[in-house]
Amino acid sequence: MRELVVLSGKGGTGKTTVCGNLAVLASNKVMADCDVDAANLYLLLDPVLKSSSPFYGLKKASINREKCMGCNLCLHLCRYDAIRPGFVVDPVLCEGCAICYHACPCGAVEMIEHLAGHLFLSDTRYGYLVHARLGIAEDNSGKLVAAVRKEARRLAEEEKKELIITDGPPGIGCPAISCLSGADLVLVVAEPTFSGSHDLERVLELAKHFGCRAAVCINKWDLEPENSHALESLCSRHSVPVVGYLPYDESVMEAVKSGRPVIQECSGSMKKGILALWGKLKTLLELR
Amino acid sequence: MIIAVASGKGGTGKTTVASSLALVAAEKREVLFLDCDVEEPNGHIMLKPHWHKKETVRVPVPEINREKCTFCGTCAEVCAFHALVVLPQEVMLLPTMCHGCGGCWHFCPAGAISPGWREIGQVEEGSSGKIGFVHGRLNVGEAISPPLIQAVKERIRPGILNIIDAPPGTSCPVVRAVKGADFCLLVTEPTPFGLHDLELAYEMATGLGVPCGVAVNRSDGDDSSIRRFCHNNNIPLLFQLPQDREVARGYARGIPAIEVRPEWKEHFLALLAFLERGGYARCAN
Repeated sequence: MRELVVLSGKGGTGKTTVCGNLAVLASNKVMADCDVDAANLYLLLDPVLKSSSPFYGLKKASINREKCMGCNLCLHLCRYDAIRPGFVVDPVLCEGCAICYHACPCGAVEMIEHLAGHLFLSDTRYGYLVHARLGIAEDNSGKLVAAVRKEARRLAEEEKKELIITDGPPGIGCPAISCLSGADLVLVVAEPTFSGSHDLERVLELAKHFGCRAAVCINKWDLEPENSHALESLCSRHSVPVVGYLPYDESVMEAVKSGRPVIQECSGSMKKGILALWGKLKTLLELR
Repeated sequence: MIIAVASGKGGTGKTTVASSLALVAAEKREVLFLDCDVEEPNGHIMLKPHWHKKETVRVPVPEINREKCTFCGTCAEVCAFHALVVLPQEVMLLPTMCHGCGGCWHFCPAGAISPGWREIGQVEEGSSGKIGFVHGRLNVGEAISPPLIQAVKERIRPGILNIIDAPPGTSCPVVRAVKGADFCLLVTEPTPFGLHDLELAYEMATGLGVPCGVAVNRSDGDDSSIRRFCHNNNIPLLFQLPQDREVARGYARGIPAIEVRPEWKEHFLALLAFLERGGYARCAN
């Protein structure tokens, strides 16, 4: 079994659109949406929800005022300023380190289960989709990403699928790191802008830092061909192959607006680009 | 005044809007631009600041004195983040897992752990014409960005217009960037993705008690779904910028939208007037 993780660094370069199209082309696979902050892939795949399970983050502190004698030790030790006057814990600021729980001389601090989001399994006409929703303002995105990947892997093994296609989060922080560890191939969707080039370099460094093999797809390459050449040189400096070129195509927005993968209704050059990308990915992933 | 520009979905045009707003506002007043997307900062590509200052941002991390350590395992037991592993003859620290809570050095019975420091990124300060500029750059491989975002926000100057360019998403980095702002401008695009993530971003800002308004970018003229959302939630739809290939090409080369389309200035002037008369306070309900 192989796992292809799609990242971008910069947001809005086309990760989900690319994943939606790969979902149409690849057979025998499981899809996973690891952009747990703002999961969008299901909007393209017309899913039917099969099951939902709660996701618990780190336990958070809660102070029992009856036992508390007001010694202020917790207030003094908490590095996140999560304990408000009156010994009330701010659940957004509490990171769950439990230093107050261990230190409290009267055992007034309890660590309580904290529902941080939900994990979903859906069926789509393109196969199973594992996705999630992190609660607003939560700080466990990396952990939930790991839970989505684990569930996708379990499902792929059970159903004897040969591939997992994972739609990743933007950025290079906690959820992106959690998403790429152990992936067989990281596909970075880049756009030919100065920002896109800046951000691509940081994702490629990230992949290298964690020893992941990477490949790049340039989306909207014809918007600024000169910048696309700069992306190519950047890739060659990092010894990373460019495996796809997708044109700037207004039918993409139309397709997204109607909630369908673009390959079903796009122009000839877009379709060709997507098919060529999938062909190269199959080779790199050694798929049949 | 602190204005945060956020979006939920990435790539909707936060930096385009924030940089244009800064340029228009700077014609009349003092402005500080704070790029809080420390994982992928891009504001400098649009505003091209001259750098004056660079400072390293560090977070606390345990320093273990192996001579004093008895390998009792207390530190690993109290560490909720699994950043410490104690073996019979060795203590291992996984620095990127550490949240710097201080539990290990507080509870070590042998006094073998003391607080040390670890670099996670830099804050760079400069100026672009009349605009003051600050951004953070997270070191590649670092997982935890909020302390760096906090360090950027420590540069906020009271009494002037502070514009925060927030990271995408709705989790802890965005919360850290938007918290404490007087107003949050949510930039979206008229697609199901844009609307879905706008709803999440709205929930995030409202949860923080920050009043918000919406700007539509890349509008193709049919923004009915976003209009409905704003109407139902009683939040102002402040302006719509049309889909424009020339603006997209300008962005690609680091040219701010209002330089490509000077006529768009009026949208930003109207936004500034709205902020000035405290329009947001009334829509905060």
